[in-house]
Amino acid sequence: MNHSPLQTTALFHIGPVAITEPVIVTWAIMAFLTLFAIAVTRRLSLIPSKAQTILELFVGAIGSQIRDTMQVEPGPYRALIGTVFIFILIANWSSLIPGIEAPTAHLETDAAFGAIVFGSTIFYGVRALGLSGYLATFTKPTWVMIPLNIAEQFTRTFSLIIRLFGNVMSGVFIGAIVLSLAGLFVPIPFMALDLLTGAIQAYIFTVLAMVYIGAALAEGRQESLTTPNRK
Amino acid sequence: MDNAIQLISIFAAAMAVSFGAVGPALGEGRAVASAMDAIARQPDSAGTVSRTLFVGLAMIETMAIYALVIALLVLFANPFVK
Repeated sequence: MNHSPLQTTALFHIGPVAITEPVIVTWAIMAFLTLFAIAVTRRLSLIPSKAQTILELFVGAIGSQIRDTMQVEPGPYRALIGTVFIFILIANWSSLIPGIEAPTAHLETDAAFGAIVFGSTIFYGVRALGLSGYLATFTKPTWVMIPLNIAEQFTRTFSLIIRLFGNVMSGVFIGAIVLSLAGLFVPIPFMALDLLTGAIQAYIFTVLAMVYIGAALAEGRQESLTTPNRK
Repeated sequence: MDNAIQLISIFAAAMAVSFGAVGPALGEGRAVASAMDAIARQPDSAGTVSRTLFVGLAMIETMAIYALVIALLVLFANPFVK
């Protein structure tokens, strides 16, 4: 129990860069997802096979979620949102394989995801509204709110990171504590709970990413929609 | 002196989790009670209600997780313990 969840140990070094276990697991998940996607999409047919049906169902579900949450056509966002969701889901569930710890149970992986969401919020906001248009959204509703709006960008990203980290890490931690207290089969219900938590956290991370990107897009659009109706 | 800081850190970690769990516990109780009420009134919407409930519960639970993260910071990454 003297192993801190906030520390990672380097397995080996490539030049000056230390390679840790979460990085290896992340690479393995990336390779797995890429190979799976290539293998399934190589022979697409009009009468789909089982794997293609599952994949189409999945893509459709992500698309409809994006349409519901962001109120836009899902096309330009499906790749980012879908990848984030699938990756976090697989990463959270990868702790089921013995000897592997979920990479999202380490702060660095979650921070990387937070940075991706933070960057893509700005990217899509600037692309939809233009640089001046996007900067102008910081002055809504009045210019007094500028410091708060800027602070909000950072605090919500931070809470996104800590939420994912805390939930997954606490699952791993509780598993370790229960395993050290009781025998072999006692942690199984906790692991089952972990699966549920992992899926829900992946979903929440994705929904919040959608909400943040959608908010950056919508603030310009909302103005033009609501102004004529204002009394 | 160092020992005293460690004692206080452990106490502070326990306090953080115990008091930090009170608010989310009350909040989750209310949320579940409301969801049960809604499902009892309209059993057709059970799917939507429970999906929203799960997301909401995870959001509320995050507050308790924040307290846990602070407790772990105090225990494992305490800047005052050498």
